[in-house]
Parts: sequence; C-alpha cells; structure tokens
Amino acid sequence: MEELKIALKVNDLDNVATIFANGIQDGMDVEVRDKKGNKETLTVIGNVPYGHKVAVKEIHIGEQITKYGEEIGVATKEIKKGEYVHVHNLDSIRGRGDWEKEGAE
Amino acid sequence: MTKWYGYRRPDGSVGSRNLVAIIPAVTCANDVANAICREVQGTCTYMHHQGCCQLPPDLERVTETLISLGKSPNVGAILIVSLGCEGTDHERMYKELKATGKPTEIIHIQALGGVSKAIRIGTDIARDLVRQISGIQRTEADVSEIIMAIKCGASDTTSGMASNCVIGYIADKLVDAGGTVVFGETTEFIGGEHLLAKRAVNEEVGNKIYQIVDEMEARAKSIGCDMRRGQPTPGNIEGGLSSIEEKSLGAIVKSGTKPIQGVLDYTEHITDQKGLWIKDSPGREPEILTGMAATGAQFMCFSTGRGAPQGFPSMPVIKICGNPNTFENMKDDMDLNAGLIITGEKTIEEVGEEAFEMLLNVLNGEMTKNEAIQYFSAIDIHCLGPVI
Repeated sequence: MEELKIALKVNDLDNVATIFANGIQDGMDVEVRDKKGNKETLTVIGNVPYGHKVAVKEIHIGEQITKYGEEIGVATKEIKKGEYVHVHNLDSIRGRGDWEKEGAE
Repeated sequence: MTKWYGYRRPDGSVGSRNLVAIIPAVTCANDVANAICREVQGTCTYMHHQGCCQLPPDLERVTETLISLGKSPNVGAILIVSLGCEGTDHERMYKELKATGKPTEIIHIQALGGVSKAIRIGTDIARDLVRQISGIQRTEADVSEIIMAIKCGASDTTSGMASNCVIGYIADKLVDAGGTVVFGETTEFIGGEHLLAKRAVNEEVGNKIYQIVDEMEARAKSIGCDMRRGQPTPGNIEGGLSSIEEKSLGAIVKSGTKPIQGVLDYTEHITDQKGLWIKDSPGREPEILTGMAATGAQFMCFSTGRGAPQGFPSMPVIKICGNPNTFENMKDDMDLNAGLIITGEKTIEEVGEEAFEMLLNVLNGEMTKNEAIQYFSAIDIHCLGPVI
C-alpha cells in the first residue's frame, strides 16, 4: 500500500500547509488536513523536502504569508496554489537591519 | 500529589544533583578548574570565556551569573578558582556564596605560585568538599518545589507542531501543580511577542516583553544586515523554517497557555517565585543554558527537531525530539520521541504524560542521555558589550 502523503494546516487563516512526508516531487498529490479533520487533495508544484511548506491557495506578490494564524513573512513572487513556499519566495519582515541601513530603500 | 526526592539546601531549595561546583572567576582560570574537575569525582566546572577586559556592566553581569550558578540547588559546595587580577569581583562571589550556608572555598592562582601549585592545592580542597557533602541524603520534596527550564534548539517545523506542544503540556501541568517554569530565547519571540504580551499578568509585564524583544531586535539590526541565517540558522532553514517569525511562533508554543508572571534578568536567581516566567536571554545554547542554570532550575526540558545534543555541567537536560526521522537517527542523544505525534501514532497528551513521568525520574536521579554521554560543555555567559 502506498503511504499517504500528508500536509498539515494549523489554523483556518493559514495560506500554507506543512508537508510531513519524504520524497515529495513536482506533480505529486498530498492530502491537506486541518485540525477539524477536513481533508483536501492538493497537487504539489516543486520538489518539497520533509517539513517544508506549500501554498494552499494562490498568494500574490507582497501578500502576507500566514501560519499558526499569524504573519510569517510576505510573498516576494506570485505563488500558485500547491507551490513550494520557502526562502526563495518568502521574505521575513523582522530583524531587517539591511532595510534600515543608510542609503537602503 | 506526586512527590519527588532531592537534596535539600540550607536556603530550603531542593536539588536533583549533589555536585561540588568548581567555578573559574575568569576564563584565565579555566585550565586549573578543569584539571581539578577531571581529578575529583563529584565535581563539575564551567568553561566560560568571560571575566576580564569587559565594560563594568558586563563584569558585574559575569560576577552575578557565576554567583547564581553557585546558588543552584544542584550544587552542594563551591570552590572558586580566581587568577588574582581579573575584572570580576571574586571576593563578592566568595562572600555571597559563603552566605548561602554551603561549604565555599576560594583559591588564587597567582598567590599560590602558579598553575601547577593551584591545581594541587585546589584538588585537595575539592576532595574535601566532595567528602563534606557526600553524606547528604535525598529527602521528600513537593512538585511545587520544581523549577523547570524549557528551551528549543536545532529546531525544524516539527518542533512547533510536536515537541514544543509536549513541553507546553507539561509546562501547564507543572504551573497548575504550583511549580515554576522558566522559558527564554527572547530572539525567538520576534513575530510572536503580541501573543506573549496578551498573557502577561499585568500591563507592566506586557510592556516589558515588548521592550526586551525591541532591544534584542535592535541589537541584531545594528549590524545592518538581514538577520536570516543568524536566526533562523541555516539548519532551521534546511528544516523548513523560512523566517524568524515562523520559528518564533513555533518556539513560543512550548510556554503553554498559562499567564506570564514577569521577566527575569539574565543573571537572576529565583527561590520562591511560582508560575510561568520569562528569562531574557538569546537563543544560542551555551548562553541560555547558563542563564537557566543560574535561575535555579533543577533540570531542563529541551525540544529539538534536527537533533541538538547539548548538556550543562550542573543541570540535566531532557531531549524531546519532534522529528521522527531524527529520533531514529540520534537515539543515543534523544530522551523522548515526540515524532510519534507527527506520524499520528500518539497524541500530545500521551507523550506529555510520558514526559512528566520522565522529568520526575530525572529529578529523582535518573541520568539523562546527555549525562550518560557526558556532554556537559554548553556553557557560556551572555554579555552585552564588547570585549576591549
């Protein structure tokens, strides 16, 4: 029997879910579960390592990325539903000494 | 209510271990302290890197941290090893530790004629101190006398969803039983500080939480770069944590749900404060483990995802691992598998109850994995100013 590939969504407000499965590759399906037991099948875009995140809805550039119902960063690119979300398309908005440096925008 | 058995100290506190602490008053005394420690069973020492050529507030901070380490209930007697010309106040250390009623001695390397002589004389003194406290028996103690330090390190995304949930469960249980829980890692409040401030017992404590986070973030930003890779670390990022906000939101889960009573200074030692407290401290292991041992914690519950092996000289550290793959891979370092929550084989409550039973066993004397392996070196003192 094939092992069920699960992604967990912590809070209703979240637009990402965390995949706890090894070897997730572009085009594979995962089952997104929330705490209420709701389930949704999602097709993953990109190769996603264990414990990394995917978008459960479309996220536009500059839009807040939400996990635990709270801000964890902003999108630096257009992100499709199912797409891998990490440091390549998510920017932290805290501890940004680079933004406050003289001459920085 | 459940009881446990520990070593009662003259100030009424109860220790889970009965050690003679060999305390170097300055980093220059480390080799003497370490040689004595290697020679004499029943001792521990603290290989820190501070105590001279620092600004006065930091020298006071080092002095007070070392005093607080000596006041730990896990320490039964103290030998201070001074070089003689250091910036810390070794006389104050001696006076304040002697006043605790624990056997306390001090040696000065320069006055004794050098390193070899100091090792010989210090070894004899340490042997006598070990003998003096060797007859102390464990006696009954209440759960309300427990001071538990909590921390997470080498985190990944399983930490906030499994191992920190387990620690949050036991933190709530211990606070309900009248005990004390201390958490820190101020850097890892960034992005979650509003959730903590809401749980403060009053507005003053809430404002203090915002203040310590602002100060920590300002220190990071003063370097003029993105703090990412410093926090979260490259290992955190590889483990799926994308930002400090995501790391923080997972980290604060370990504090449970109870009201936050107040914020403790890094050096502060507590005796009768109950409930949930914050210790203002950075996230890095040597500095926060030292701060927590200085608080007076009898042990630490340490959550990890990627596999942190650290231990401290005078405070047993229980490793609760949220990542099922890491637990299998690092079984000799990990005490409890919270990864079974991720795989759906156990609930948070089930693993939480196992963790609570384990912490009582450790308080009663059972060795943690870090003690069995003898990983004791996660020790250093967090200073604020430059070395000059």
